[in-house]
Amino acid sequence: MIYEPSAIAVVIFFIFVGITLGLSFYLGRKAQSSQGYFAAHGQIPWFVNGVAFAGDYLSAASFLGICGMIAFYGYDGFLYSIGYLAGWIVALFVVAEPMKRLGKFTFADALDAKFQSRGIKLAAGISTLAVSIFYLIPQMVGAGVLVRPLLGFPHWVGVVIVGAVVIIIVVTAGMVSTTWVQFLKGSLLVAFSAVLTVMILNRGFQSEGTGEALGLRAIQKPDDFVNEPAKWTPIFEADGPWADTPFLRYRDESGADAVFTQYEFDTADGRQTWLLEAQTLTEKANGDIFVNGQLKGDKKGEPELHSVGHIFSLPDGKENTGPLGPLSFFSTLQESVVVLWGNQKLSMADGSKTTVYFQKPTPGSQVLRPGEHPRFKGIRSDDPIDKLNFLSLMLALFCGTASLPHILIRYYTVKDAASARKSTIVGIASIGFFYVLTLYLGLGAMTSGWMDVTTSNMAAPLLARSMGEWLFAVISAIAFTTVLGTVSGLILASAGAVTHDLVISFFGIKLSDSDQVRVAKLASVVVGAIAIVLGILFEDLNVSYLVGWAFSVAASANLPSLIMLLFWKRTTSQGIIAAVIVGMVSSLGWILLSADTFAKVYGLPAEDALTPFSQPGIVTIPLGFLTLVAVSLMTDGTATSDGTGGQPAV
Amino acid sequence: METRNARIGMVLFGVYLLLYGGFVLINAFSPATMELTPIPGVNLAILYGFGLIVAALLLALLYGWLCREDGPNSDASDSREGGQ
Repeated sequence: MIYEPSAIAVVIFFIFVGITLGLSFYLGRKAQSSQGYFAAHGQIPWFVNGVAFAGDYLSAASFLGICGMIAFYGYDGFLYSIGYLAGWIVALFVVAEPMKRLGKFTFADALDAKFQSRGIKLAAGISTLAVSIFYLIPQMVGAGVLVRPLLGFPHWVGVVIVGAVVIIIVVTAGMVSTTWVQFLKGSLLVAFSAVLTVMILNRGFQSEGTGEALGLRAIQKPDDFVNEPAKWTPIFEADGPWADTPFLRYRDESGADAVFTQYEFDTADGRQTWLLEAQTLTEKANGDIFVNGQLKGDKKGEPELHSVGHIFSLPDGKENTGPLGPLSFFSTLQESVVVLWGNQKLSMADGSKTTVYFQKPTPGSQVLRPGEHPRFKGIRSDDPIDKLNFLSLMLALFCGTASLPHILIRYYTVKDAASARKSTIVGIASIGFFYVLTLYLGLGAMTSGWMDVTTSNMAAPLLARSMGEWLFAVISAIAFTTVLGTVSGLILASAGAVTHDLVISFFGIKLSDSDQVRVAKLASVVVGAIAIVLGILFEDLNVSYLVGWAFSVAASANLPSLIMLLFWKRTTSQGIIAAVIVGMVSSLGWILLSADTFAKVYGLPAEDALTPFSQPGIVTIPLGFLTLVAVSLMTDGTATSDGTGGQPAV
Repeated sequence: METRNARIGMVLFGVYLLLYGGFVLINAFSPATMELTPIPGVNLAILYGFGLIVAALLLALLYGWLCREDGPNSDASDSREGGQ
């Protein structure tokens, strides 16, 4: 798809960035002490903090990833919404108040409150860094993805812009500016998603049939062949890459090849058979890119892949539903047939690689049920291992939220436990509302006619584009500030861990208040630079995939210690250190050896993977608990540590 | 007061865990159930999913309301300095 950067989009984008930076400089003058830098003096009003929770939490993965997944596969993306929100229940009911009571600056503070152990600080500090950096990569990649169509810059420029802006935000005023940026972004994101949803419901659904309006051709069998026999000449290949595919190829009158898939359905007048046009993207050995057989253009009007996303038929043969209600939206879709798109990669004899994007007309009842996305197909299989993979993911989502360091530090920006509680409730309300909207946004995008068949990450901004250029500009700018808000939180969490957990507590370096802030600023710049580099290196990695990693590692490394510290009196510092390390290493190791990583990161066959399923949570979270209990029982009696206790075991 | 809030939290957590666990287990072991349409045209997957989000909010509000009696929480006496 060709994206034309528009003047409006560029202007709105820079207004957003300007406001964000202006806010940071303004607030920066007020936050000079370390208490101000790391925890905004603990003076953020609970309501603001609650919305900032939403701004912190609703990352590019939530907005771009979930909407895109729903737009391409249906209901399954919503499972992430449900899991991500459920995690907040753990945060509110179990973790919020003790975190506030026990800690001061970092998550490690709370873990260590009872023991004063350098080992705990080291282990928790490292796990904070590991989780935050994992979480940073998809945010930075998301920024690059967004900037390309919006401003016409290449990927790396987007990553560098985000990195630079965020470093400025974090360095000028730390938690104070970060909080207000997140508040701004959280409110805008939720408000404009609501606006989009209302517009989707007002627009209703239109039936586009075979997608002629989108430029997709179709052949009705047998009538079209009988009436115009010269129009389509079949291409047969007994062997070669096309031989074993479901694709039917024809040469049209102009001599160009076209690829089709067959679709049969029953109507009141009997059975109909249609050939629906697929799209091809070919990368030649010399790097030239061809779309649908023609050299790809880079301007409007030149050859490009057609944008997609249409409804084949509506219930009762209707053409247009008119405005729909929040429930009739689903009941209409349930009875419709929606065209989803599959893809298959073929390697040609001349060294070129072709991806065929083909139409999959799918009944609405299937679009709206779980288990259509490849990652969730397992729930329909009879193999218990596949079901375990699903259970494992849902467990990691449930346990992950309350273990994310950048979320946990937000408990230190309010004045007391009651405010921590109230702001979590506000956070749950805004985040929950947003997640309800994701289902409408995703399904609205699915049927908007504006989807880019090659990437699901752009679904939400393109949905806005289908409503108008202004909205596209605003939504893209919001998505961009979404990245800013989350990235600032992550960098601040990392800087806090470096300063307090590693430099001050572990290495025992005494720092004056202003030196602490200086070290933290330095750490922010370094972590920001690392994030920029990783964001450029991992350009091609799926955004939501990496977030899943971060949740699994966070849940496995941090949650067991956090929970046991609160509920089991015999927990020892050694137990905590062991649990953090074992949870972190085992979940990371599992991920690196899993089929998903083999296929998507290393490019190796998925069958060679060493783990039975891809999601580690269901094994490594209990493993963390077991380790903690076992080590604590072994070291019981030495729990009253004198400040040197606990082995820095890495 | 601290234990009272924690106790309320655990009870509500248990309630939500049952709801969430039910959702996950039905999805995993009886996905066809999720295709049933208790309200004409709207399947259980959507209703249960929305229900979970609404339930989270209701339980959160209930928790906030039950804990309210503490008043402004000046638990400074109980807090320990985490850092050095």
